[in-house]
Formats: sequence, C-alpha cells, structure tokens
Amino acid sequence: MSPDLVKTIFGRLTWDAIPLHEPILIGTFAMVALGGITVLAALTYFKVWGYLWREWLTSVDHKKIGVMYIILAIIMLLRGFADALMMRAQQAIAFGDAAGYLPPHHYDQVFTAHGVIMIFFVAMPLITGLMNLVVPLQIGARDVAFPFLNNFSFWMTVGGAITVMLSLFVGEFARTGWLAYPPLSGLAYSPDVGVDYYIWSLQIAGVGTTLSGINLIVTIVKMRAPGMSLMKMPVFTWTSLCSNVLIVASFPILTAVLALLSSDRYLGTNFFTNDFGGNPMMYVNLIWIWGHPEVYILVLPAFGVFSEVVSTFSSKRLFGYSSMVYATVVITILSYLVWLHHFFTMGSGASVNSFFGITTMIISIPTGAKIFNWLFTMYRGRIRFEVPMLWTVGFMVTFVIGGMTGVLLAVPPADFVLHNSLFLIAHFHNVIIGGVVFGMFAGIVYWFPKAFGFKLDPFWGKLSFWFWQIGFFFAFMPLYVLGLMGVTRRVSHFEDHSLQIWFVISAFGAVLILFGIISFVMQMVVGFMKREQYADKTGDPWGGRTLEWSTSSPPPAYNFAFTPVIHEIDAWHDMKQRGYVRPTTGFIPIHMPKNTGAGVVLAGISVVFGFAMIWQIWWLAVISFVALVASAIIHTFNFKRDYYIPAEEVVRIEDARTEALRSLA
Amino acid sequence: MAHAQTLTEADDTRFYTTEEHHPENGTLLGFWIYLMSDCLIFAVLFACYAVLGRNYAAGPSGADLFDLPIVAVNTALLLFSSITYGFAMISAQAKKVKPTLAWLAVTGLLGLGFLSLELYEFNHLIHEGAGPQRSAFLSSFFVLVGTHGLHVTFGTIWLVTLMVQVAKRGLGVEMKRRLMCLSMFWHFLDVIWIGVFSFVYLLGVLK
Amino acid sequence: MSAASHDAHHAHDDHEHGEGGAHGTLKDYVIGFVLAVILTAIPFWLVMADVLPSHQMTAVAVMGLAAIQVIVHMIYFLHMNSRSEGGWTMLALVFTLIVVVITLAGSLWVMHNLDTHMMAPMPHEMREVP
Repeated sequence: MSPDLVKTIFGRLTWDAIPLHEPILIGTFAMVALGGITVLAALTYFKVWGYLWREWLTSVDHKKIGVMYIILAIIMLLRGFADALMMRAQQAIAFGDAAGYLPPHHYDQVFTAHGVIMIFFVAMPLITGLMNLVVPLQIGARDVAFPFLNNFSFWMTVGGAITVMLSLFVGEFARTGWLAYPPLSGLAYSPDVGVDYYIWSLQIAGVGTTLSGINLIVTIVKMRAPGMSLMKMPVFTWTSLCSNVLIVASFPILTAVLALLSSDRYLGTNFFTNDFGGNPMMYVNLIWIWGHPEVYILVLPAFGVFSEVVSTFSSKRLFGYSSMVYATVVITILSYLVWLHHFFTMGSGASVNSFFGITTMIISIPTGAKIFNWLFTMYRGRIRFEVPMLWTVGFMVTFVIGGMTGVLLAVPPADFVLHNSLFLIAHFHNVIIGGVVFGMFAGIVYWFPKAFGFKLDPFWGKLSFWFWQIGFFFAFMPLYVLGLMGVTRRVSHFEDHSLQIWFVISAFGAVLILFGIISFVMQMVVGFMKREQYADKTGDPWGGRTLEWSTSSPPPAYNFAFTPVIHEIDAWHDMKQRGYVRPTTGFIPIHMPKNTGAGVVLAGISVVFGFAMIWQIWWLAVISFVALVASAIIHTFNFKRDYYIPAEEVVRIEDARTEALRSLA
Repeated sequence: MAHAQTLTEADDTRFYTTEEHHPENGTLLGFWIYLMSDCLIFAVLFACYAVLGRNYAAGPSGADLFDLPIVAVNTALLLFSSITYGFAMISAQAKKVKPTLAWLAVTGLLGLGFLSLELYEFNHLIHEGAGPQRSAFLSSFFVLVGTHGLHVTFGTIWLVTLMVQVAKRGLGVEMKRRLMCLSMFWHFLDVIWIGVFSFVYLLGVLK
Repeated sequence: MSAASHDAHHAHDDHEHGEGGAHGTLKDYVIGFVLAVILTAIPFWLVMADVLPSHQMTAVAVMGLAAIQVIVHMIYFLHMNSRSEGGWTMLALVFTLIVVVITLAGSLWVMHNLDTHMMAPMPHEMREVP
C-alpha cells in the first residue's frame, strides 16, 4: 500500500504508537489484559452477561447508576494512585548521578495523568455517584427527573475514562500538567497526540457531567416529596443542589476553553498562540473561571456528607441548619470571585491581586462557620465513633490545616514565594484528600448498607482510616517543608542531596496510603463475606434521621411504595418520634421508567469519534459523528419509555419486608 | 407536590400519601437550564472576542471586512424565523397539524437562508485572505459567529426531526413539549444573535 | 419559595397547561416582532448612516439598544416572567447573568491590567508617542 493510502486509512496511527520499548507500560498492559481476560472469562463462564446488560449497564435506576459511578471511581483511583506511587518513588531516588527509573518524557505524562484522573475520573464520579445514590432517596422521589439522561451521563463519563486509559497503550498522554496551559499545550510545542487525548477525554466526560448536573438540579427542584420545602431539605441535598448549580454554571466554560484550544490545534487559529495576536494568558484566565468553582463542586457534597454523619452519630439534630444552608449558598456565589488567586504571579497589578486576595480570604469565613457548626453538633452529643464518624473527625483536623495554608497562599506577596512550589502541592492535597476523599469515604461507608443491605467490616474500615490519616501526614507534611525551601513542582530529578530525606519520608507516607487503599477494598471484601453477620434488615442501621433510612436496605426499584409526606427537617427522625406505622396494605401499581441501551451505544460511538479525532482518521471521524447524530435522532423516536410495576409485585416486595421486620421483633 | 395544599395542621401525623403521586414534568425547566449553560459557552466566546478582538496582527480589521447589508439581511432572516416559529407554536397550541408543519417548514427555510448567507460571507472572507488563521481577531470572530451558526444548523436538523414526528404522531402532550423546547432553543439563538450583530459587527465597523 | 411553587401548580393534569404557562398569544408575538424590528433597525441606521457625533456615543447607543432588545425577546418570545416554573427559570437566568457578567467583566479587567503591566510598547507605538 502506498504511504498516502495508509495515512488516509490510519491517520497518525502507526505501529510506533504502541509503546513496545517501554517495559513499565508493557508490564502494565500485560497485567491489565490478563485481569481483563480473567474477568471477561469469569463473566462468560458464570453466564452473567445477560444479567449485567439487563440489570446494570442499561439500567436507568438512580441507585444502580450511583453504584456504577462509585465502582468507576474506585477503579480509576487505583490507576491514579499507581501514578502517585511512581512519582513518589522516582523523586525519592533521583538525586545527583542517579537518574531514577522514569525518563522526564514519561514522568511528565505520569503527573499529568495523575492530576487529570484524580479530579475528573475519581473525585467527580465519586460525588456524582453518591449524589445519584442518595439524593432521590433523601427527597422521597422514585428516580431522577430524566432517568435515561442519567444513564447516558454515566456512560459518557466512562467513555472519557476509557479514552484516558487508551492513551496508556496507544500513543501517549499529555506532558503539560493537568490544566494543559498553552503555549506548551499548543501545536508548536506539543505536536503529538498527548494533548488531543487530554482534550477529547475531558470533552466526552464533560458532556456527561453537565447533563447529570442539569438532571440533579431538576430532580431536587421538582421531585421533592409533599411538604419538603427548601428549608426542610436534608443538608446533603442542599449541598448537592449547590454543587450541581456550580457544575452547570462552570463546566460549559471548560468545554468552551478546551474547544478553543482544539481549534488552535486542529484549525490553526490563534487564540492562545504567541504570535498573530493570540494570548496564552487568556486560556489561564478562562480555565480558572471554571477551575475554582470546580474545587467547590467537589468539596460541597463532602460537606453535606459530614453534616449527615455528624448529626447521625452524635444522635442530635445538626447545629445551625439554616446557617449551614446560607454558608453553602454564599460559598457557591463567592467561588466565582476568586479565580485569579491561581495566577497572582502572571503580572496583573496590585489592584487586581489585592481584590482577589481579599475575596479568597472572605470565602474562608463561611467555611469556618461550617466547621463550628459540626463541632457544636458534637458538643454534648452522644457520639458513636463508628467508621464514618472517624473519617469526619479526621477531616476536621486535616482540613483545618489545609484551609489555613490556603489562607496563607491567598496573600499575594506570600504567593509570589510559594507559587508553583511543593507547598502548593501539599496545600491542595491537604484540602482535597482531607476534604473530598475523606468525605466520600465517610459517605460510602455510611450509605453502603443502604445500597447493599449489609454493613462494611469495621476492623478493616478503621485500619483504612488510620493508614490514610497517618499516611497523609507522612506524605504531605514533608512537601510543605520542601516547598518553603523553594522546591518547585513537576521536577523529576534533583541535584541537592540534602533534600532527599524529605522525599523518602514522603514516599513512606505514600506506601502507608497504599495500605489504606488496600484496607478500604478489604473492608468491602470482608464485609461481603460476612454479609449475613453484618446484614441490615431494619433499613436503618445507624439510627439515621433523613428519609433514605425509612425504606428497606437495599431499597426496592421504586424506593417508596407510597410517597412520603414531610413535616420536619429530619423527616425520618420525626416519623420515628411520632409513631409512624409502616403501611402494609392498599398498594397500587407504580409508574416507572424503562431501561434502555441507548446510553451505552451513544457513549460507545462518542469514544470512537474521539479516537478518530485524536489520531486524525478523518473518514472514521465523519462516519462516527454522523452515526452519533443519527442514533440520537433514532432514540427520540422511541416513545415507549415507561411501564407500570403491577400492584401484585409491589405487594409481594412489601410483604417480604413486613415479614423480615416481624422476624426482627 | 400536588398534595401540598391538602396538608393542613390536622393531618400532621400523615406520613405518606396513598394516592398515586405525579411529580411535575421537569423537561422545560431542564431545557431552560441547559440553555443557561449554553449561554456560558457563548459568554466565553464573547469574552475572547472582547479581549482579543483588537489584535489584528497587522491584518484587516472589522471596518475593512464587514459588509453590513449582508448582516442586516441575515438579522432579518433570523428575526422573521422567530415570528414564524411563534406562529407554528400558536397553531400547535390549537392542535392544527398542517399549519404547524407549514410554519415549521417556513422557519426551517429561513434558517437555511441564514446559514447560506453566513457560509457565503465566510467563504468570501477566507478567499480575501482573512481566514481564521490570520489573526486573533479573526480567530475569535470566526469561532464566535461559527458556533452560533453550528447551533442554527443543529436547530434545523432538530426542526426537521420534529416535523417528521409531528406528521407521524400529531400534536399530543409530548410533541407539544418537544416543540416548546425547540422554540426556546430557536429564540435563544436569536438572543445570542443580537449580541453578535451589535457587539461584533456594528461595533466592529465603528473601530 | 417552594410552597409558592406547589400552589402554583396544583393539578395532576398539569401536562396540558401549567407547564410554565409559557405559551404566547398572537398579540404577544406581533408586539415582540414589531419592537424587535424597530430595535434592530435603529442601531443599523445609527452605524450605517453615521448619525451621532462620536463613535463612542454610537457604541453606547448600540449596546443599550441591544440590551433592550434582549429583554424584549425574553418577554415576548421566550415568555419569561417571574412566575413560570415557580420562579426557578427567573432564578436560573439571574444567576447565569451574574456569572456571564463576572466572566466578561472579570476577563476584560484582568487581561487589560495584565497588558498594561506586562506589554512593552510596540516600536510603532513608540514612534507615535508625542
């Protein structure tokens, strides 16, 4: 075949794109392939494909979609954490004559992939998954407002994750850092496929994120049970609402900025180039208008989890409910007024820098108010130190330290010293691990029995907590020290041997966190093996206060046989206090949405389209794009999207629960 | 939601409702929120034009390039398509299938007219050597106006799809809701166009 | 807030009406159209016939008329009012406008400030300095 023909058929894709010369990647690939084949073989052997497809992959049930989001997040956490361990190992040994084991070319991809994966494919699926799982239950709804859209959003997120993972074995990932600043990410300095992988994986996942944001907002606005006014919503629902508002009002900005970057790369426009009037700083400015709200998108749901956990395990109503709500709303709005603190050093004048420095300091006030609310909730409470509560207390200690270093960084002159140093790295890991990760782990342990009907193993749970907590301090406190000494981020080799001890301590901390992750998975494995012993037949294993604990664990497909009516903030607590009797008769058929495979199909075609664009296989790009539009249109011709669960079925499920509850009494 | 008004102090101990409970349909609100998010995409493009729109890189400026009569015709086409869509909605409200389809067809043709003129303009500019690669000003001009054009293109495809569905299924609740969504989309594009012709073309000619 | 939204739609059959109450009458559309035509014609005339004494005034007038026309479209074509969907559409619009203004004004301020501080004057500008 002529080279022209090959180029037409395969675009930029050649055999060189397969990294056969990189032993680390080949080893990883062998492990992934082996693991993948084992899983696929097992699925085939046990004949569960049909079950998986019907009950999970095509499901529009918000609970199952939530669970799938969390599974995706945990899988991607393993990948992202592997990157972290590689960086820690490299920096612990690469001093003076020792070059370490990662060449800069590879190291740069590792830190970029670590950041991208941890934010977009671990933290985001964790919060979206938890919100999906819990919010409809907390507001007494049967599903989200747009069940098909929910399924589609999930698969688009998976599509983005698949695109990132593809870059590991076909071609390479970006070497630009997680926000891909131009001009480095422009065509002139990154002509290869790395940045294109970055752009398309985020664009595909971004569609899912934005749509699921819209979906959850409408769900919370429209589908609350009768009597649940806004100021009677559980705090987690409130923080979810604010977080989704931020998603819808900031992810389009990311989409647009990345589209402009791809326009520079594909069409040769001059938005962010150095010549022809382009301005790379405009990219930095715009992407942080998305980037700062993103921080609060992640942390607000975590704040919601802590509020639920603290009040449940202190057996008290949350202290200062309305101040909590107002603090959340204030944070939502203020989060749009601080973005420049990410680039104080770019050269704006004193007026700009002081404005953004001050707004940044102001935003710590509502956050501080929240900390006090949680402390006052615990004060004189009957505190039970179960695993979710441990994560919460660990959060309060860790997050306050991270918050204070954040206020330090908000001072522009201090930022001129600390900008781009390991101090910054330590700061944001301090708030993201201490805030988001601890919050999501607390949430997973807290709501796991609701989703699956049994509690997680507390021994491994506690072990996981302590490994993470101690590991965190070992891993990141040395980075504060190094940052103050002036060590910059994203460096793969050092000359000064006196720094080495700090990196070794940090690597030790990362190993402790590894044990934390293993223990986290173990609590699920052991919990599953002892599921009879840990079973929750009451539906209310922790003495909960909000509506999700009023139904069975796991809840039936329709969540509530009769729609609840709400009188108080802590609706379930109120029901328990005032002699609620569970209805056992009079059930009627229930209207439910039908499963559909359209989400999987659309997301699959999107991945093909992304791949074709990355490798510039134009014919495939055109075909897949046309197929994408066509399948979307075909889907709109499907008008049979719902069905009724017959009354007999409801009776059968509810009678089984009545029986289970009687056997407990 | 339907039962809120039936809740009085008296049934303070009623913890569930035994009737079938229908939450309100959220499609229109959801679509409105989607439009708001789309609005932010345009905000970014306008911001880029505002910041980079004077970086001519020694190339042509808006005053050198823009042909206001064409823009005026384009504006008129879009404005007319807005009111014809309005007529389609009024016919749909009255459950008259044929007039609805006719007005939708007129709307679609006006949209196609708009697109053809825009393509003509783009083609002309590129042939004059004023393509999107020439300067940051032209990059931001082409991408802003082009993104609006892409929206109109997808709106037209959507409109054709809805015409087929109306012809097949008539004007039930669901079809009317879909027409309503496209109506919001179409009028929203007109609102964006106000920003484009005022801020980009008219002010561009002034400078 | 939400109690009001509950009361605004208290029918099961809200599929037929009640959906935002967002259907315009013929009168609405015609009024909107006429206003829009006027508000479009004036700025084109101002610019093409170069009516006002300074470009700055023309620019202000054009942007002001555009703002008015946006509101006209919102009211007569998009049927915005503070009651539809229990006020949530209006709330969403206001929030979006705030973010749009922050994005536009913030970007302009930040980037302008950057330019004045970081850009050395170009050679040809140097020549023009008196």
